[in-house]
Amino acid sequence: MFAEIQEANFNQDSLYHRLLANANNVSKGNSGAIVTFTGLVRDSNASGTIEGIELEHYPGMTEDALKKLVEQAIARFSLNSAGAVHRVGKLYNQDPIVWVGCSAPHRQAAFDGAVFLMDMLKHSVPLWKKEFCGDKSDWVEAKASDDKAALQWMKEQV
Amino acid sequence: MQIMIKTFAQTRELSQVPVLALSMPQGSTIAEVKTHLRSLNEKWSLALEGSILTARNHQLCDEKETLQENDEIAFFPPVTGG
Repeated sequence: MFAEIQEANFNQDSLYHRLLANANNVSKGNSGAIVTFTGLVRDSNASGTIEGIELEHYPGMTEDALKKLVEQAIARFSLNSAGAVHRVGKLYNQDPIVWVGCSAPHRQAAFDGAVFLMDMLKHSVPLWKKEFCGDKSDWVEAKASDDKAALQWMKEQV
Repeated sequence: MQIMIKTFAQTRELSQVPVLALSMPQGSTIAEVKTHLRSLNEKWSLALEGSILTARNHQLCDEKETLQENDEIAFFPPVTGG
């Protein structure tokens, strides 16, 4: 597994092959599915267009929280492996922000693992977005729909 | 008892204090730390208003927890990554 916070852009092809190599190490060739997701900076919000976002994190806690989440996804969905990379710092429209990948013997677990990682990441990993346009910038507020998605996973676990 | 306070995102901007070394009585709770900070000035009152999350030594926690020497306490708004 891997879980990383970084300013630099990531190479999706490299991450895919890293996940595949990890999964093959664990499963000895039993990986029948890999699902990956890449999140990009949207060029607008409810008020209009933006130029980009600045992402802040809590060094130490953010890395720990992301690693714990990836470990939870592997255990919960019996994944062969999983990985997550989240960028911080200044990003512009259409820049990649986040990548998650899950490998499993069958597709449903890989899909579920990727959705779980994204839903829970938006709820429990300390990262904060500030949208900017010209000299104006505003913190993004947490969405009730994101909380609802995460709470549904927590409810299903009970 | 010495503890370290950290703030992030909007909480950091409103308080204008990213890091603060604080001395609190033994057995203080996080709620008592918040009350103390609010009493310092209006900036802290504004920063700690509303649904602010608290982490103790990198773990989310609630306000009833009792602090230990050298704890790192962070205050921040609900997260918005992804």
